[in-house]
Amino acid sequence: MIKKTVANVREACEGIADDMTFMLGGFGLCGIPENIILELVRRNIQNVTCISNNAGVDDFGLGLLLKKHQIKKMISSYVGENAEFERQMLSGEMEVELIPQGTLAQRCEAARSGIPAFFTPAGYGTEVAEGKETREFHGKMHVMEKAFEADFSFVKAWKGDEAGNLIFKGTARNFNPAMCGAGKITVAEVEELVPAGELDPNQIHIPGIFIQRIFQGEKYEKRIEQLTVRKRN
Amino acid sequence: MALSKEQIAQRIAKEVKDRYYVNLGIGIPTLVANFVQNDISVEFQSENGILGMGPFPFEGEEDPDLINAGKQTITALPGASFFDSAMSFGMIRGQHVDLTILGAMEVSQNGDIANWKIPGKMVKGMGGAMDLVASAENIIVAMMHTNREGESKLLKECSLPLTGVKCVKKIVTNLAVLEIIDGKFHLLERAPGVSVEEIQKATEGDLVVKGDILEMKF
Repeated sequence: MIKKTVANVREACEGIADDMTFMLGGFGLCGIPENIILELVRRNIQNVTCISNNAGVDDFGLGLLLKKHQIKKMISSYVGENAEFERQMLSGEMEVELIPQGTLAQRCEAARSGIPAFFTPAGYGTEVAEGKETREFHGKMHVMEKAFEADFSFVKAWKGDEAGNLIFKGTARNFNPAMCGAGKITVAEVEELVPAGELDPNQIHIPGIFIQRIFQGEKYEKRIEQLTVRKRN
Repeated sequence: MALSKEQIAQRIAKEVKDRYYVNLGIGIPTLVANFVQNDISVEFQSENGILGMGPFPFEGEEDPDLINAGKQTITALPGASFFDSAMSFGMIRGQHVDLTILGAMEVSQNGDIANWKIPGKMVKGMGGAMDLVASAENIIVAMMHTNREGESKLLKECSLPLTGVKCVKKIVTNLAVLEIIDGKFHLLERAPGVSVEEIQKATEGDLVVKGDILEMKF
């Protein structure tokens, strides 16, 4: 067994620096690496490029980095629900690249899998395809999209073991698996870290080979963005 | 009388057939789930990674790890499954999802759709809409026929940045059900009490009216 555990979030984030590109898992506030985001805020890393489906809300998730003007560029598919984001984007303080959600996921998975580029029909004939190579397959036009290049992938899982094997819960899985192994170094934070052998190998979602560092996170807030419920009869 | 948003959803629900996997967009499309017949088997897909999406949870049973694409708390029905975003869009691009229902700001008579950006105003992003419209064979657009100023949203050409080209085939608005055939809007049904003339007036694009146009049935 090759051990991937590190003591804490500080050790897990060793080597991060200004001007780097980070991938961060999560959909809205669901399945985001909360501990790592707080560490990025604490270290006050500057000029970072973040590849993340969303940008958090004003006072949680990536919104915390935005507030401190740490983000130079966001690469996302949907960035609503964040007033500070809107302000920085419209004022030109921050660069924003919006790309289709499936393309975002596939560009992560391609980076992980050694595929430098791929063709997708998404965005053909729109401004997303401007300047990109297009090609017809099976009578339909496609756009060439390239794998991402990132210095770190930061992901959050439900359970993990010392070997870096990961299991996700519910829709908190989202972009996390595709980002594992997609950056030069992948750091996973988990709610529960167990010794090797405790997780059933049949149930592993992401094998430890894609993970360089794993630690058990603390004080998960797991904030709900839109609480919707029904009344009991 | 023009339809309410609920009635648009109710009419679209009739297009949802037995054994369909269905992706519902945010807004009116989300309401469609409330009107699907009880005697058919349907599974709803949410692109953030669930098939077999159920209703909102009972108070106190909400789970922050279980949300839909609108970031609302949901439940999972028996037979549900979770998967990651890359697989979710593999399902969509690979045409395994039978029906996609989404909203639009504008639709053109050749089937172009615009629903993600108003230049100069806040840009929220396309989310999964570009992947959905580029891949889905069966797309129904749920929209209002005109904007707040009364201007048509069914146009000869879209004025807003496009989400996809030549992809929309069916549209259900507050006034009518229409199909796009050979670069023209074809009127199929009208909302109860709405005349063909009113629909004609509210449609900027070319509108084909063949024979008697019946009122929608619910």
